[in-house]
Amino acid sequence: MPQKLDYLKETPSQTAGPYVHIGLAPGAAGFDIYARELGWDIAGPNAKGERIRVEGIVIDGTGSPVKDVLLEAWQANADGVYPHPETAGEVEDGFRGWGRVITDFETGEWAFDTIKPGPVMGRDGQMMAPHINLWVVARGINLGLNTRIYFADEEAANAADPVLTLIEWERRRATLIAARSDRDGVPVYRFDIRLQGQDETVFFDI
Amino acid sequence: MSKPGEFYQRDRRWHPPALAQDYKTSVTRSPQYALISLENTASEITGPTFGHNDIDPLDHDLLRNFAGEGHSPIGERIIVHGRVLDENARPVPDTLVEIWQANASGRYRHKKDTYLGSLDPNFGGCGRTLTDADGYYFFRTVKPGAYPWRNWVNDWRPAHIHVSVFGSAFAQRLITQMYFEGDPLIATCPIVNTIPDPTAIEQLVAPLDRNATIPLDSIAYKFDIVLRGRRSTLFENRLEGN
Ligand SMILES: [Fe+3]
Repeated sequence: MPQKLDYLKETPSQTAGPYVHIGLAPGAAGFDIYARELGWDIAGPNAKGERIRVEGIVIDGTGSPVKDVLLEAWQANADGVYPHPETAGEVEDGFRGWGRVITDFETGEWAFDTIKPGPVMGRDGQMMAPHINLWVVARGINLGLNTRIYFADEEAANAADPVLTLIEWERRRATLIAARSDRDGVPVYRFDIRLQGQDETVFFDI
Repeated sequence: MSKPGEFYQRDRRWHPPALAQDYKTSVTRSPQYALISLENTASEITGPTFGHNDIDPLDHDLLRNFAGEGHSPIGERIIVHGRVLDENARPVPDTLVEIWQANASGRYRHKKDTYLGSLDPNFGGCGRTLTDADGYYFFRTVKPGAYPWRNWVNDWRPAHIHVSVFGSAFAQRLITQMYFEGDPLIATCPIVNTIPDPTAIEQLVAPLDRNATIPLDSIAYKFDIVLRGRRSTLFENRLEGN
């Protein structure tokens, strides 16, 4: 017998279940407990860059909206800097880069307000197109799903993005690109997520 | 100079697969295409940070954080404590741990829960805390009750506490459930059994910890949580070109 490697094993995941709101968004579960619920303000008041709204719906394999999803977003600021000690650069005071949003119990629609992130330095000096990292959990999802939101109006940057171009099937890349429209002067990006079936969203093993 | 590098690849045979037939809801919510494997970039090795400004000192005490003045929830008083570590067995300090659970009768304080079990006016069912410098955390709560759920007609969830942990990177983000040593419902639960390896399931079962009980007050269970570990040096595939 060789020596035993002494690494620990990662704690296995379990579904967030239907009542994830109690823990992570108790107001939505129907009660008020915390002085501050976390994740409702991604960019903060001082953030540079373009104020945007990102919205969508999560659709299951039968084509129905999933109404008990929780999504978490993680993004850089307009300069492409993450608010984290391991990245070079500073972010504006109050810029969290992180948010959490739940779907409407009736319609399955979700939306969050933020600023459009800048391009982020990727591996080996290759620039990544602006994107928001997304983590999706719900009842029936056994291990949180990771995906990325890219922006339709960043055509050139998207075409050169090392992550998008890694996806062999060009038509699947389109599942990560949020369409832009304008609503009352605010740019709105639409990002629908298909968990399964034709046009299934690309999910990453990160 | 060495600095922390990439995260170890997630062992997806240790985690439950997306599709687990016996857990019916997963059938239509499981991606069918293979995941695209990404090498870590700044987007994955960074993640949100939280501080003591984000939470209140009472948030980790479910016996008190919702109870009326001079009241406490009904049920077996327990302490749930442990450490958040990474796969290198190093503590993960200052990380946010959030929990939620049913009350002692198996009922959730959630507008969508219609189970017959009673709501407890003195129990909210959620808590949160930050690990200390050693990765240590603890909660006070009541032991949740088992509850029935619609899967097969007679499925019951073992007593469990839902646990959410951040770690220091978006790549470490994890939600899981903690079970209690000796619960006979663990063996037959379709959600528990989404995890294929029985050793992995054991990692979710918290043992009774008599050393941590408070005599004449609360019994204790120990639940250590392990997040993904990472290399300590970068070799040729350097991040950010430095
Ligand atoms: Fe539950």
